[in-house]
Parts: sequence; structure tokens; C-alpha cells
Amino acid sequence: MPLKISYRTINKEFQDKVKEISGQSFYKCFQCGTCAGSCPMSEQMNTTPRKLMALLQLGREVMLDEVNTPWVCASCYTCEVRCPRGIDIPRIMEALRLITLRQNRNQIEPSNLQPEEIIDLPQIAMVSGFRKFTG
Amino acid sequence: MKISYYPGCTLKTRAKNLETSALAAMDALGLEVEELTRWNCCGAVFSLADDDLIHIVAPVRDLIRVKESGHDTVVTLCSMCYNTLARANELMKTDEVKRKTINDFMDEEPDYAGEVRVYHLLDFLRDEIGWDKLKEMVKKPLTDLKVAPYYGCTLLRPADVAIDKPDNPRILHDFLSALGAEVIDFPGALQCCGTYQILGNPEAALSASKDILADATGHGAEALALACPLCDYNLGHKQDIMMTKYDGLKEVPIYYFTQLLAVALGLSSDEVNRFDINRESAKQLLESKSLIA
Ligand code: SF4
Ligand code: SF4
Repeated sequence: MPLKISYRTINKEFQDKVKEISGQSFYKCFQCGTCAGSCPMSEQMNTTPRKLMALLQLGREVMLDEVNTPWVCASCYTCEVRCPRGIDIPRIMEALRLITLRQNRNQIEPSNLQPEEIIDLPQIAMVSGFRKFTG
Repeated sequence: MKISYYPGCTLKTRAKNLETSALAAMDALGLEVEELTRWNCCGAVFSLADDDLIHIVAPVRDLIRVKESGHDTVVTLCSMCYNTLARANELMKTDEVKRKTINDFMDEEPDYAGEVRVYHLLDFLRDEIGWDKLKEMVKKPLTDLKVAPYYGCTLLRPADVAIDKPDNPRILHDFLSALGAEVIDFPGALQCCGTYQILGNPEAALSASKDILADATGHGAEALALACPLCDYNLGHKQDIMMTKYDGLKEVPIYYFTQLLAVALGLSSDEVNRFDINRESAKQLLESKSLIA
């Protein structure tokens, strides 16, 4: 997609919020793509982790109804152990999720889950799923 | 030596086979463990946000319970619990500012600074018993059983809580070798099974799990050994769905490493191994190899 960049597209407040919640600096990213190449979920992502870093560097407010990356991220830490710049990428994903979830916008609604979907789920799946997808 | 044992929620419900086999095996190995008399859910995933310390309170409380019981070591069986407790422990040990905030918040609890050693049973066995000694204690070697060690994520990542080298682990390989199994190396051993995405994006999780299974069987594995109830759910319980969805995917039994340990130690009863919770093929494969009656 073509990306328009101007001083008007830079959302400093959003950048600061991501930095503050994650404790990470996306500016360190030099776009090598190791994260995208290692990510087991990247096939299902409409924006790779590398590209997400670029969007953050450019100050775009990442809207999670358009960019699905943090919702598909499994916090598997494969990217984190390989990132040559030492960025804890999963923490950036968490910050992006939380910015949305804290606006009371749940990604899954527990009450809408069908009994047959959850009947044999292990507790750790429920607890971790609710931690990642609900506010 | 007395050590605390932290089971976590899933081992009391969906993954009873992980707990019963582990407890029987530890007993046979002479390891005295004591389940914490009071424990709470660890939260399953470690909080990744700087401003979300409240979710670190739960695992820290569990660690305080260990200290309170007079033990300096806690052993876990579930990889996710291991990861959450170990990371909370690291944070309390190394981050002075967050430690103070958490301790101040829990004013009803004694202060905690990461004094407890958090083990997963796998590195506990390696450090406390050792593979040579374990080999000597094996009564029923798993000869001819071709097992792929599947590590998944939470035992190895991030690096500060890894129970072995995060990029080239040997611990589960060495464990299975000590039991006499034929160890099948495969690249998918470190890949994520999709974890909680089975709830949020089931397609993504199933696709990730399918790749792991196909990779393991493609390298000649007859079975997978793992330590995490969520990996077991995605790779094992969801296998029927994956087999109908993806052409050519072969059935493959999934075991908890503790079940293979128990069998190798000669503990083959149903009460110990609870193979009724595994895929049917799990018991059948061991029977066909005359490893259990
Ligand atoms: S691996 Fe690290 S440096 Fe490379 S693109 Fe990803 S975030 Fe950027
Ligand atoms: S932590 Fe998330 S972004 Fe990183 S490799 Fe795993 S799934 Fe991909």
C-alpha cells in the first residue's frame, strides 16, 4: 500500500504511549526482516512485524481494526531471541493490544464463546487467551 | 532434600496425566516433593507491559508461598507455569523499582526479592539426578521408540529463563536418550504451536501445529514428547480436525515427557499414566512395542 508521510501523519502521542507501555524503542529497528522471517504466525498477518516497526517509526497510529499483527502474535518470543537489535518485539505487540483493550474494545467476547469451543480447553488456554484478547 | 511442587490449574483438570505420571516418577526416583498447601493460578502468561504490574502479583504470591514453606526450590511441570513463575522471579531479583512497587502493594505479605530457585522438572532432573544416573535407573528402556522432542516456546524463551540453549537445546534430547528412546531431531522442535491463538485465531494455531506434526513425522518420528498442556491440546487433541483439514497429515501420538519417564521406570499402570486422556494411539503405540502390558 502507498504510504503518505507528512508532519500531519506523525502521531507523537501514540509513539510515546507505545514506548511507555512496552519499555522498548522501535527506533532501534534497522528493518532487517529477521522477525518477519522467523515469525510462525506471519502468514496470517496482514502486516509483518518488520513493517509494523516501520509504521511506528514513521509515527503512524497503528489501528488494530486494520493491522491484525498484534492479535495474531502468539508471544512466542522467536523474534525476540533473534532480533539483532535486541528489541523485545512481543512487548511492543502487547502495548498495541493494550492500547485497544483499554478502550473497552475486546477482541473476543467470552460470553459469545460456544460451549463446544471451550468445553475441553485447558485452563491455561482460557486464562492466556483472555489475558491477551480482553481488557 | 525437600522441594516445593507447584502444579498450576491445568494439571488438576485437563492434564491430570502430566501430574500423575510426574508424581509417580519423582517418587520412584527418590525425589521428595511437597505440593504447596496454598497456591493460586500463575496467570499463564507473563505480563509484557511496563505499566501492568498487577498481573505479576499472582506468580510472586506463589513464590512467597514457597519461601514460607521453608523451601528454597520450586519445581513445576507445566511449561507455561514455569515461564510465568521464572520470569516473575527474575523481575523480583533484578528490577529494584518494580520489586519495591510490588512489595509495597502486597503489604500483607513478607517482602520478596527472588530468593526461590524456580525449576522445571526437566532441568531439575538434569541438575539433581543427571542423565547418566537416570539411565541407570531405567528399568524398561524405550528401545526402538522413535520420539521427536518438542520444546515449544516457554521452556526456552526468553533467554533469561531458558532451561537450555534457546537456539540449540539438548535437554529433552538427552532426557529421551537416557530413557533409551531413539531421538528424532526435527527443525520444528522449537516452533510455536500457536498457543492461545487456538482461542483467538484458531486457523493460525492449527496451521502452525500442522507444520510441526508434518515436520516430525516427515523426519521419521512415531511420537512427540512435550511438557506443555497447551501444546498437547493444539498438537494432540486438535489432531483429528487437522487430519480432516490438511491432506496427508499422519496420526502421531503425543506424550508428556513424564509419561515416558514413568514407563521407562517400569511404572506402567493406568492410574500412573492416565493414557485415557491422551490420543488413543498413545497407549496403542506403547503396547505394540511391548513397553506396557
Ligand atoms: S528483527 Fe529486529 S531489527 Fe530486524 S526488522 Fe525485526 S525488529 Fe527490526
Ligand atoms: S512473538 Fe509474535 S511477532 Fe514475534 S515471532 Fe512470535 S508470533 Fe511472531
